[in-house]
Amino acid sequence: MSRRLRLIAPVAFSAVLALGLSACSGTTKDSAATGGSTDSGSAVANPGAALKEGLKIAFLPKQLNNPYSDIEVSGGKAAVDEIKGTYKLVGPNDASASSQVSYINTLIQQQQDVIGIAANDPNAVCPSLNQARAAGIKIVAFDSDASKDCRDVFINQATTQGIGEQLVKMASTLAGGSGEIAILSATPNATNQNAWIEVMNTELKKPENANLKLVATVYGNDDDQKSFQEAQGLLQTHPDLKVIVSPTTVGIAATARYVSGSSYKGKVAVTGLGTPNQMRDYVKDTTVNQFALWNPADIGYLAGYAGAALASGQITGKEGETFKAGKLGEYKIGAGGEIVLGPPTIFDAKNIDQFNF
Amino acid sequence: MSDLLKRFTGWDVAVIAVLVLFVVVASATVDNFASARNLSFLVLDLAPVLLIALPMTLIIVTGEIDLSVASTLGLSSAVMGALWDGGMSIELIVVVCLVLGAVLGAVNGLFVTVFGLPSLAVTIGTLALYRGLALVVLGDAAVAQFPGTWTGWVIGGNAGIPNIVWPLLLLLVVFGVVLHATPFGRSLFVMGANKEAARFGGIRVARTTFWLYVVCGVVSALAGILWTLRYSSARADNGSGLELAVVAAVLLGGVSIFGGRGTLWGVLGGVTLLAALQNALRLADVSNEALTVVTGLLLIISVLAPNAVGAIRSAASRRRPPGGAATSPAPPDPPAPASSPPVQSDPSSSPAVRSS
Repeated sequence: MSRRLRLIAPVAFSAVLALGLSACSGTTKDSAATGGSTDSGSAVANPGAALKEGLKIAFLPKQLNNPYSDIEVSGGKAAVDEIKGTYKLVGPNDASASSQVSYINTLIQQQQDVIGIAANDPNAVCPSLNQARAAGIKIVAFDSDASKDCRDVFINQATTQGIGEQLVKMASTLAGGSGEIAILSATPNATNQNAWIEVMNTELKKPENANLKLVATVYGNDDDQKSFQEAQGLLQTHPDLKVIVSPTTVGIAATARYVSGSSYKGKVAVTGLGTPNQMRDYVKDTTVNQFALWNPADIGYLAGYAGAALASGQITGKEGETFKAGKLGEYKIGAGGEIVLGPPTIFDAKNIDQFNF
Repeated sequence: MSDLLKRFTGWDVAVIAVLVLFVVVASATVDNFASARNLSFLVLDLAPVLLIALPMTLIIVTGEIDLSVASTLGLSSAVMGALWDGGMSIELIVVVCLVLGAVLGAVNGLFVTVFGLPSLAVTIGTLALYRGLALVVLGDAAVAQFPGTWTGWVIGGNAGIPNIVWPLLLLLVVFGVVLHATPFGRSLFVMGANKEAARFGGIRVARTTFWLYVVCGVVSALAGILWTLRYSSARADNGSGLELAVVAAVLLGGVSIFGGRGTLWGVLGGVTLLAALQNALRLADVSNEALTVVTGLLLIISVLAPNAVGAIRSAASRRRPPGGAATSPAPPDPPAPASSPPVQSDPSSSPAVRSS
């Protein structure tokens, strides 16, 4: 049946082709050599070098037209304007893993000096980023890291330690130094939240927080309704509660909504991590006195300066090197090329209207 | 051979002409467009679309469609990641993924042929089903650290020619020969033109359709493997939305969505034109929104133009004596009759009633 043969041909071809791709060496995960190398080993940092003018600095966020990303890159633009560089913003409309690659390729062709990237996938962008670095482009990851071996530095918005400490500090302030507090978290196995709660527990054991008593940790699963009910339950079982700390944007908004409409308003303080836009009303109606989150604009701003410092030879990405980031001051590169933005920004009635995200 | 010449319907030639013109203009006006590195990026970008467009062309020529291709790609990528994570050898994984592709294609084929369901409905269903399965297999995790020799080969090249060109070229030739130079290929056009006539003409419509879907599944799975290696990241959401890019490129290449008409070189032109357009506009810093609008307009023009040409032709052929019309190619749609023949409704012409 020659007809059947013709039908099978393409299938057979594909299979043969795929098999022919390799030298049939039986590669498995354990024996695979991981690609990727850093070329910054030979470079020497010159902290005294002047910042170059006219640097071409491009920002590639996870996706365009996302309010959070827009604020981040606005900070990047401010930094690039300050150092008299050329700012460019490109990015996909969808936050898929591979969509950023063709943009990186375009930026390589345009011979940018610096690419600031919030990676959608730490590995998918790697081959392209390394091609960019081979072409002399400096790579600054911000917000969401790329693999360590394909970027020069990473701007980390906050450390676990910093956030945990900040949460306890706010709780202590709002409780007046003593009383019962409770935590309303996301899911019981949320990595971020659990790490922060662990730091909080350590902080609460310190002598200066001896009068603060953590009476409950409940989970709203990052679901608005469940968080709302958990807040309600907390106040029924612990009528003397002074502060509810919610280290998740969903939880803090739901808790604030419950408290603002209940008789507990003014008696129980709500704090944690939230965005100004969702918390604005509760700050205005005095349900919420203060809460915290990192300032996305500062992330972009720091990324812009870090890129300029790299391109000017002030830093190479090694641990211990320092550079100056405009109005944010001096920064030191930590382990693994990480640069930590600093403690989270505190939002209250005085400053909340300066932020829109 | 005159048969082959007749297949140059005009639109596919026009697409290739536009492509050549565009490349010339872009090379002259857009910085770095014509550089070797950029062209290798361009080839890498169009590879998955072109790969899947090959079997898709055959399917659309027969008047059917397969919208599950991108989900097949994603599921193949997810399975590849899960197996690699489990320590299976990469050669075996490739075979497993290709077999998986065949199975996924066979499922589509079964529903379309055995149950006689419309392919549009079936493959919209499997689009969701296969993507869902991909999420079950890998969730939102990403598997990386594939062997460097493999990932390096996919994005690498020799003497300025990307390696990925060779498998693409091989498959392009295979599919081109099958579609345009074999009785089997001709039977696909017949099926697209008229399924009933094809059946009466002795063409095994169901069996052919079934195997087309199997091949489409295998090629989509292969695209999934190449995609995973190119981005060195296996994810369940790989290739989301790619099915529309493929169908768009095929239609731009002059293949009729109603079946029965199209050429593979037109499709090659369509795929390359879309990719070159996006690449050049991006290099020229044209915004994303403008890029999307231009692509959309181009597609609408590509669907309108052949129909307009067909309408003009049929109008012209009606003015010719009946003998001349036979040699002109059939228009894509049945032309509306210019004037309906006068209805005979004269009562006097009715047969006289016989009285006994």
